[in-house]
Amino acid sequence: MNPLLGSLPMRKTLLGVLAAAALLILPFVAALGGQAWVRIVDFAILYVFLALGLNIVVGFAGLLDLGYIAFYAVGAYLWALLASPHFGIHLPFWVILPLGAIVACFFGVILGAPTLKLRGDYLAIVTLGFGEIVRIFMNNLNAPINITNGPQGINMIDPVAIGGFKFSAPSTIFGITFSGPQKYYYLLLLLVLAVILVNYRLQHSRIGRAWQAIREDEIAAKAIGINTRNMKLLAFAMGASFGGIAGGIFAAMQGFVSPESFSLIESVMILAMVVLGGMGHIPGVILGAVLLTILPELLRYAVVPVQKALFGEVLADPESLRMLIFGLALVLVMRFKPAGLWPSPDRRRELAEKAR
Amino acid sequence: MSVMDVAKEVLLEAQAVAKHFGGVKALRDVSLTIRKGEIYGLIGPNGAGKTTFFNCMTGLYIPDGGGFVFDGAPLKANAPHQAAERGIARTFQNIRLFGNMSALDNVMVGCHVRTRKGVFGAVLRDRSTREEEAAIRRRAEELLHYVGVEDRAEDLAKNLSYGDQRRLEIARALATDPKLLCLDEPAAGMNGTETEELRVLIEGIRDDGITILLIEHDVKLVMGLCDRVAVLDYGALIIEDVPAVVQHDPRVIEAYIGVAA
Ligand SMILES: Nc1ncnc2c1ncn2[C@@H]1O[C@H](COP(=O)(O)OP(=O)(O)OP(=O)(O)O)[C@@H](O)[C@H]1O
Ligand SMILES: [Mg+2]
Repeated sequence: MNPLLGSLPMRKTLLGVLAAAALLILPFVAALGGQAWVRIVDFAILYVFLALGLNIVVGFAGLLDLGYIAFYAVGAYLWALLASPHFGIHLPFWVILPLGAIVACFFGVILGAPTLKLRGDYLAIVTLGFGEIVRIFMNNLNAPINITNGPQGINMIDPVAIGGFKFSAPSTIFGITFSGPQKYYYLLLLLVLAVILVNYRLQHSRIGRAWQAIREDEIAAKAIGINTRNMKLLAFAMGASFGGIAGGIFAAMQGFVSPESFSLIESVMILAMVVLGGMGHIPGVILGAVLLTILPELLRYAVVPVQKALFGEVLADPESLRMLIFGLALVLVMRFKPAGLWPSPDRRRELAEKAR
Repeated sequence: MSVMDVAKEVLLEAQAVAKHFGGVKALRDVSLTIRKGEIYGLIGPNGAGKTTFFNCMTGLYIPDGGGFVFDGAPLKANAPHQAAERGIARTFQNIRLFGNMSALDNVMVGCHVRTRKGVFGAVLRDRSTREEEAAIRRRAEELLHYVGVEDRAEDLAKNLSYGDQRRLEIARALATDPKLLCLDEPAAGMNGTETEELRVLIEGIRDDGITILLIEHDVKLVMGLCDRVAVLDYGALIIEDVPAVVQHDPRVIEAYIGVAA
């Protein structure tokens, strides 16, 4: 073997080191395009987190959930209520985040329990309804007692803070100045690495195998003694917990929550990330989430200048054109890569065989 | 092994089990008794209710009447995973493997009901979880070897040949550590050699102490293999006895040929 090329494990290590370095300097690269791009990168990671949470439900257990955003909403509102002037409560993040996970998990079980016997389309419709119910509750829980402040939402939410170290304000460490979004980036990166690890380990465990069995053939799964009810509830609960945590971080990062952020289209987006990337395949889901967050933003920046260059004026409303192109991209991917952009090897094989 | 050597202890008792689908009476008060350690055959013409009997016993159908006593305690209706937990394993007439999982994974997931580690173990991968996982893998490999599909361990179940799929399904059922193994037409679609191998396999399983309930159309296989045989016809049990007696019973001949002997 050529000693210069190194052995396979060595090359793997090298690749890992390079990837880690890239991830570490990414917020500074993004900052070259302005802090707005750092925020976009932050959101990309937040969506990776969400998509991996939903992947447990949809990808692993095979339960089509169209109301996933509800758990994100629960986490976000919980943070907003417990760390803002709205009620004058200011709990620290290490209390709210776990609490958010627990409360969202509880909601996951509430949603899961009545839907266990439903499958496919029916489950999708009920979960969709659930997502809307949560949003409408947030919208209307301002009377007779004002809990959520209705459509106005809740303002001036506390940022994530460790002691006096606030993630919202810039600070200088070792002579390097980190902006607020840059600091959030590292926090999000840490969280997302944790959720990747959890996803990966779950998939390759007794629990992950049971989920896959249920997805493949529920009756056979029951017949070999898998308690399908509990396993499905577990998937709902775990997915929901991650949604709750992501919601909390979202509220803290934005400093503001309102029901608008939790509409059906958001659930659909996250589901699209999972499906487009490659259902059940962790690297695919990550790719899907990153692409679907970055692509619309790129289009946002590109649509106006491109039209000006081509026609000399802005012909189509940038916002609708952007969504049009985005929708077309989705359709094309599903047409030509039905298993997703980066499916697991098994799934790719499966679809190839069907096509034959 | 002759009938005399078989322990007389009762393993499963069906008590007047009835099941109908609309007007079709699939089971009419079927009562039968399976003893520990025997190979018990259940035969009958197409549509006699054999599979329905399996489905009632394993909790996939709720009987309209009667019930089962298994290993000294009643079986709960409509609780398939509990039937497996109590020690009843089954295969399906129309093979139901987890097609997109590897053969090995199919058997590993069969160990689910006899293992305990949950989410925290999975995420933390502590020592006892790793040990359990290794034990599951060892057991699954053993079983694949036992039924003779160890060469296909890494292949997706759906890509296995028909005979291998049947054997894999038996391995998966055995992974649940059953007291009673129920096989629904395991020889269907097998050629002579494969059927012979299957017979050796079934005898081996019985010799390991597992009681076997066998639905089979291959009369030669059933009569040669079973200690006792029950015959269903139009949902009713017409006889339950040793093969030599069943074989020559006029009612059985009538059920199969449709005319009185
Ligand atoms: N889920 C069901 N719904 C309606 N009818 C059913 C159902 N399952 C079985 N039956 C009917 O019950 C009767 C018994 O069927 P069953 O499958 O138990 O027969 P079998 O003895 O296993 O036959 P075979 O040898 O063909 O497998 C048949 O008339 C069948 O049509
Ligand atoms: Mg049948």
